[in-house]
Amino acid sequence: MAEIFWEYGLPGLIMAGQSLLLMVPLLVLIAFILYADRKVWAAVQLRRGPNVVGPFGLLQSFADLAKFIFKEVVVPAGANKGVFLLAPFVSVVLALSSWAVIPMSDGVVIADINVGILYLFALSSLSVYGIIMAGWASNSKYPFLGALRSAAQMVSYEVSIGFVIVCVLMTAGTLNLSEIVRAQDGNWGLFNWYWLWHLPMFVIFFISALAETNRPPFDLPEAESELVAGYAVEYSSTPYMMMFMAEYVAILTMCALMTILFLGGWLPPVDVAPFNWIPPFFWFWIKTLFIFFLIAMVKAFVPRYRYDQLMRLGWKVFLPISLFWVVLTAGVLVGFDLLPA
Amino acid sequence: MIVATIAFYLFAAVTIAAAFMVISARNPVHSVLFLILAFFSSAWLFVLMGAEFVAMILVIVYVGAVAVLFLFVVMMLDIDFKNLRSEMLNYLPLGGVIGIILLLELGLVASTWVFAPDAASLAAAPAPAADSGVTNAEALGRVIYTQYVYYFQAAGMILLIAMVGAIVLTLRKREGVKRQVIADQVARTPQTGVEVKKVEPGQGI
Repeated sequence: MAEIFWEYGLPGLIMAGQSLLLMVPLLVLIAFILYADRKVWAAVQLRRGPNVVGPFGLLQSFADLAKFIFKEVVVPAGANKGVFLLAPFVSVVLALSSWAVIPMSDGVVIADINVGILYLFALSSLSVYGIIMAGWASNSKYPFLGALRSAAQMVSYEVSIGFVIVCVLMTAGTLNLSEIVRAQDGNWGLFNWYWLWHLPMFVIFFISALAETNRPPFDLPEAESELVAGYAVEYSSTPYMMMFMAEYVAILTMCALMTILFLGGWLPPVDVAPFNWIPPFFWFWIKTLFIFFLIAMVKAFVPRYRYDQLMRLGWKVFLPISLFWVVLTAGVLVGFDLLPA
Repeated sequence: MIVATIAFYLFAAVTIAAAFMVISARNPVHSVLFLILAFFSSAWLFVLMGAEFVAMILVIVYVGAVAVLFLFVVMMLDIDFKNLRSEMLNYLPLGGVIGIILLLELGLVASTWVFAPDAASLAAAPAPAADSGVTNAEALGRVIYTQYVYYFQAAGMILLIAMVGAIVLTLRKREGVKRQVIADQVARTPQTGVEVKKVEPGQGI
């Protein structure tokens, strides 16, 4: 018995401890991310935003959490009960499990798997199921329309995200996220990172990430002016909170992914005195939160797209450009003999 | 090894149970959801074999794209499946005959299967060992782009033809439809877009 414990039990316990160590700070961070999102939005519109609960309203998200938990879960009469309640779980589990492979510093990652980037891509393409299941199981018109929209939208933008990832993969020569960051290390500091070499792809990835996570200006699945709240109309209390949380975790995952693919992950921008004193872990989060700030600003600035314009942008603009860039990258890498070993 | 064995039986059982539920579920949407579960748990079987690349591609392609379209179509269908199910008995003999023929053919193929001499050594080590430093993707790339490059190209051509075929079948040119042309909109200038009219008071345009 003791042998089995040392061989399987202890590693299992360590893994559970690591996961807990990741999950709890991540969820607390999500609470403050939500607050930050609302504050940025309010500041752009010259409002004050949440400012009542706690100092500067810092505890607003926790007050919201308590409110969501203590309310009654309402399941609509005609709803497909099992699928209706399964959908929020699917969303939140898929969103959180992405974080298992994200390297926050050299070696600070729960699962340093060889196909890390494919794992993230697979999970982000699965996240559409939470929304489709929610929309269908609600047995109501608006959620169903929202679910159909989001299915089409997410499948469309995954295509260009996939091509952008292929460009980075070819340049880095690996599918491992830590290796991709190490491949961006060089003498030129931040000019070694892939945002410069793949600048058009960085822009496309940023916009596609907005569409993939249903953020404004692409929040068509929950466009409140036409669909009330889209796929989330029939949800209340804790299930609603889970859908909402999954959305924000997915946004933060996309920010982290952009940091890893284009902004050199945990690497300092310039490898000289004041910059490399800051631990790599903090550089990762500074970059990730900076991208989140950009995403929050986009929400405040840009009006919502029309659905046909959204589809046009995905299929007729981003797809040809990213496809061309894949060919160009491959050509340059082979032509100038720059292929990674 | 115990954990791997337990995991294998767990995922295999889930796959088979989900596949059974696909054909026995009453609600077609539930069928598709069980199909997704079957895909997903078979991806875990690939992971257990050490073929992580194939597992991820299975999830991305089948679960992330193909099954979404299945679900999309099935949710839009409004068919009375109870009626359809009552006619099952009529089709059972024909379906059974086809099933038996397929099973016989599979048996014939399997019984006369001859292994290539070097296939046995490959089968013994299906994935490159973890300590060899060769990742799944690299190992696949080494054979796909060298030994099997013509098959790879042929598969690509077939997919391209299928795509072109699907587009040709569904493309309809309708007359008299107003379409947004972004280039025209962007190319508009104040000279072409705005006309200044001098309106006399009390006259209108």
